[in-house]
Amino acid sequence: MSALLAALRKDALLQWRTRTQLLAIFTFGASTLLLFSFAIGPNAEALRLHAAGFLWLSLLLSSTLTLAESFQSEMEDRALEGLLLLPADARVLYYAKALANWLQLMLLGIGLVPLMVVLYDAFTPRLPELLAVIALGTAGLSAPGTLYSAMTSQARAKQTLLPLLLFPLIVPVLLAAVKASSLLILGDPMGQLWSWAQLLLAFDLLHWSLCGLLFGRAVED
Amino acid sequence: MQGSREQLPSVAGSSYPYALAGLGLLLLVWGSYWGLALAPREQYMGDVQRIMYMHVPTAWCAMLAPTFGFICAVLSLKSSNWRWDARLAATIEVAFVLGFLTCIQGSIWAKPTWGVWWDWDPRLTTMAVLVFALAGIMALRGFVDDPVKRAVWSAVVMIVVAADVPLTYMSVKWWNSLHQMQSTPGTVSRAFYWPLRINAFGVLFVMIALISLRTRIASLRLRAELAPPPAQG
Repeated sequence: MSALLAALRKDALLQWRTRTQLLAIFTFGASTLLLFSFAIGPNAEALRLHAAGFLWLSLLLSSTLTLAESFQSEMEDRALEGLLLLPADARVLYYAKALANWLQLMLLGIGLVPLMVVLYDAFTPRLPELLAVIALGTAGLSAPGTLYSAMTSQARAKQTLLPLLLFPLIVPVLLAAVKASSLLILGDPMGQLWSWAQLLLAFDLLHWSLCGLLFGRAVED
Repeated sequence: MQGSREQLPSVAGSSYPYALAGLGLLLLVWGSYWGLALAPREQYMGDVQRIMYMHVPTAWCAMLAPTFGFICAVLSLKSSNWRWDARLAATIEVAFVLGFLTCIQGSIWAKPTWGVWWDWDPRLTTMAVLVFALAGIMALRGFVDDPVKRAVWSAVVMIVVAADVPLTYMSVKWWNSLHQMQSTPGTVSRAFYWPLRINAFGVLFVMIALISLRTRIASLRLRAELAPPPAQG
C-alpha cells in the first residue's frame, strides 16, 4: 500500500511539474469542441442534442495525448527499467500510473463541461450525476489506455498505434457515457441513467482488474 | 523471463493443410450448388435469402477464429512457447479476413431486405468493432521488431480485446437493435438445413487449413529472426 502511495505521489508530482502540458491538452480539447459545432452549423437545437457526444469525443481525442505522454518520461534514460528493479510489484506501478491518468482525465473532463454548456447551451441541473458519469467514463479510458501506452511508447509509430488499439476497445465506454450524459442534459423520462452507469461500472471493474493483471507481463518480458 | 523461449517452433511441412483446404473447397462448391440451385426459394425474401448459405457459415467461423485466438494468446503467455505465438499470428489474420467477409456479406444481404447497407445492430456493430480491434493487433505486430515483446504484447492485447467483446455486444444491443434471430440448423426448415451444414464444414475446413499454413509461415519467419547471426570471417 505504501508502495502504491509512493508511486502515485511520483506520478502526481510528475504531472504537476509538467502542468503546462495539461493546459495545452485542455486547449486542444476546447478547440475540438469549437470545431465540432462547425460540423453541425449554427443550429442551437441540434447542437444541444449532440452536446454529450461532442464532449466525449473531445475527451477521447484529448485522452490519447494524455495517455501517450504518460509513459514518455519513463522511456527517457530507461527509467522504466529502473522502476521495475525496485522491490515493488509491477502492478503497483500500473495502478499508480492509471490513477494519475484518471485524475488528469477527470480534470480535463470537468474543465470541458462549462465550455460545452456555453457553446452548446447544454446546461444540466444534475451536475453531481454528470461529474459521476465523467468519473466513470474517464476511468474506463484510463485503465486500458495506461496498459496500451506502456506498450506503444516502446514501439515504432506510437502516435498511430495507441488510438488504433484504444478506439475499438472503448466503444462500450463511449456509448454508455454519451447516452448517460445525454440523458442528464436532455432529460431522462424513462429512468435509464442507472443502467448505463452500471455498464460503465462493469467495464471499469473488468478493465481495472484485467489490465492490472496483464501489465506485469507486458513490461517485464 | 518466465518459461522457455529457447525452443524454436517446428516447421514440419506435412501436406494435410492442402488436403483439408481442398476438401473444404469441394464442400463449399457442393453446398453452394445445393443452396443456390436445388434448395427451395424462401417465402418472403426470395432468392436474396440464398446468401445465407455463405453468410451464416462465415459468421460462425468469424466468431470461432477469435475464440481460438484468445486460447492461443492465453497459452502463449502461460507457456512462453513460440508455437503458440505463431498460431496467434495466423489466427488473428484469418479472423480479420473472416470478420471482414462477414461484414461485407451482411451488407449485401441487408441492402435488399432492410433497405440499407449498414445498420447499427449489435451483431453487425460488434463484428465491425472486432475487425478494427484485430487490425490494431496486426498493426502492433507489424510495428514491434523484438520478437519477444511482439509475442507478449499481441497476446496481452488479444486477451483484453476478447474480454471486451461481450461488453461491446451488450452496449450496442441496449443502444439499438433490428437484426433477425440467429439462424441455427434448429431454427431453419429441413430444406435449408443440408446446404447450410455442408457450407459450415466447408468454411471451417478452409479456415483450419489457412491457419495451419499461415502458422507455418509465421514459424519460418520466427526461426529466421531468432537464428544466431552467421559467424564472421
